[in-house]
Amino acid sequence: MSEDKIIVTISGKDRVGIVAEISAVLAKYEVNIEDIKQTIMQGCFMMFLLGDISQSKYSFKEIKEAVSLSGQKLGMEIWMQKKEIFDKMHTI
Amino acid sequence: MSFFNEKSIIETINMIRVHNLDIRTVTLSLSLRDCCCEDVKETGDKIYEKILKYAKNLYSYASEIEEEYSIPIINKRVSVTPISLVGESCKNPDYIYLAKVLDSAAKEVNVNFVGGFSALVEKGCTKGDIMLIESIPEALKQTQRVCSSINLASTKAGINMNAVKKMGSVIKQTAFLTKEQDGIGAAKLVCFCNAPGDNPFMAGAFHGYGEGEAILNVGVSGPGVVRSAIENLPKNADLGEIANKIKQTAFKITTTGELVGRRMAEKMGIPFGIIDLSLAPTPAIGDSVAGIFQAMGLEHAGAHGTTAALAMLNDAVKKGGIMASSYVGGLSGAFIPVSEDAGMIEAAKKGVLTFDKLEAMTSVCSVGLDMIAIPGDTPDSTISAIIADEMAIGMINKKTTAVRVIPVPDKNVGDYALYGGLLGEAPIMKINGLSSETFINRGGRIPAPIHSLNN
Repeated sequence: MSEDKIIVTISGKDRVGIVAEISAVLAKYEVNIEDIKQTIMQGCFMMFLLGDISQSKYSFKEIKEAVSLSGQKLGMEIWMQKKEIFDKMHTI
Repeated sequence: MSFFNEKSIIETINMIRVHNLDIRTVTLSLSLRDCCCEDVKETGDKIYEKILKYAKNLYSYASEIEEEYSIPIINKRVSVTPISLVGESCKNPDYIYLAKVLDSAAKEVNVNFVGGFSALVEKGCTKGDIMLIESIPEALKQTQRVCSSINLASTKAGINMNAVKKMGSVIKQTAFLTKEQDGIGAAKLVCFCNAPGDNPFMAGAFHGYGEGEAILNVGVSGPGVVRSAIENLPKNADLGEIANKIKQTAFKITTTGELVGRRMAEKMGIPFGIIDLSLAPTPAIGDSVAGIFQAMGLEHAGAHGTTAALAMLNDAVKKGGIMASSYVGGLSGAFIPVSEDAGMIEAAKKGVLTFDKLEAMTSVCSVGLDMIAIPGDTPDSTISAIIADEMAIGMINKKTTAVRVIPVPDKNVGDYALYGGLLGEAPIMKINGLSSETFINRGGRIPAPIHSLNN
């Protein structure tokens, strides 16, 4: 189901352990990572992660809280949104 | 495996984070027709229970959706059947009491505003309509969250000039009774021509005659997003290219609004009504319709060319919106409230945006004269005449027009009215000092125009 897909967007200063930290949290919360893309944009590290929460026993809210907390620990800006918003906005 | 595009993700996040894209309101539109009783207390009890039953989860569901999509939902609101109809059957009618019931229900379910302290009197007034209109000043003084609207004219019926005359003094009195807050009562009172029954925006939202039992309407916004999109075009882009960019942006805004609206309706277990795609500015820097005019190349809102720019903007917004949703409704277009738009406030302060220019702009914007502070000693008949002009524009052009002016007690041109929050601040604008009294005192009804006879 498309409403079970999430996009996590992480941005900030590049450092060791970003992917490790985020994927550890997602694993703990039973989120399956389907795709990851990384890029450097205007000197800023950006990572986009597509996840599936359909197998998780945790709620969207619980997962988002955990992901946000790890973003704070890393000192990075983190957004977690249902993928639907991007599909609707950018597809005719 | 499903596909995602990082450019699209960045664009969406920037629209929300940098350019203030938000869902301006999710509005539960609720029929109160089954609340009519002979006893006003019983009517009040039924209204209170019904609002609580349907709206109890409005706030929490909206908060959940905000989390899911990381898009702010600024207001949660309720609109109801025009209360003049609901209270009219009572043997002991007391409209102020019913306004207080609406206010306490709104507080209980934690919505920002409840709209529908309204009457539709474009052709004539029933006794309930007259009682409601006369109770407006006191009702808006004694409540915080109740909004009132009166439909005074339509293309089909003409203009009810007796009611227009009455509303001049009602607006003045409403402002006077809330003079400690610069007449804020009048900011919650709007006069309409061709009022839509599915508008989710305040102060004019009410649950129209032809609507179902309960529906969910949504209003989106995003002038900052449109301004930024235009600014990013090449400097020599022609107006056709700008119109196209506005359409594309409106499409993106509308799809987001519809997603939120449908999700809300699903959670609440009621049908989705319409999405109102209105560029509704806020006092936040950049979130301004006046800023769009500047991005198009005008020195300031009010410059010659502003009406043309607004006409193109209003039209392109609708065209983009209808591509994105089958159910675009309400007021959809571009609002031009003065006090709520930082660019408009600045233009008015500098004296380059005048009342007369605003009136011309209302012939092509989506609503009308909105949130304009005028001198507190403006005669009642002049306020009525301002309303009559605006109603005439709507009636002849088959469009919705509205008047929300605030005669700020004890203040004059050069002073400021301060409201705070989304209502913002406004310099008191100069209006024409000539008398309209004899014209307004004639009363009666301005007949419907020839093109109303299209049966």
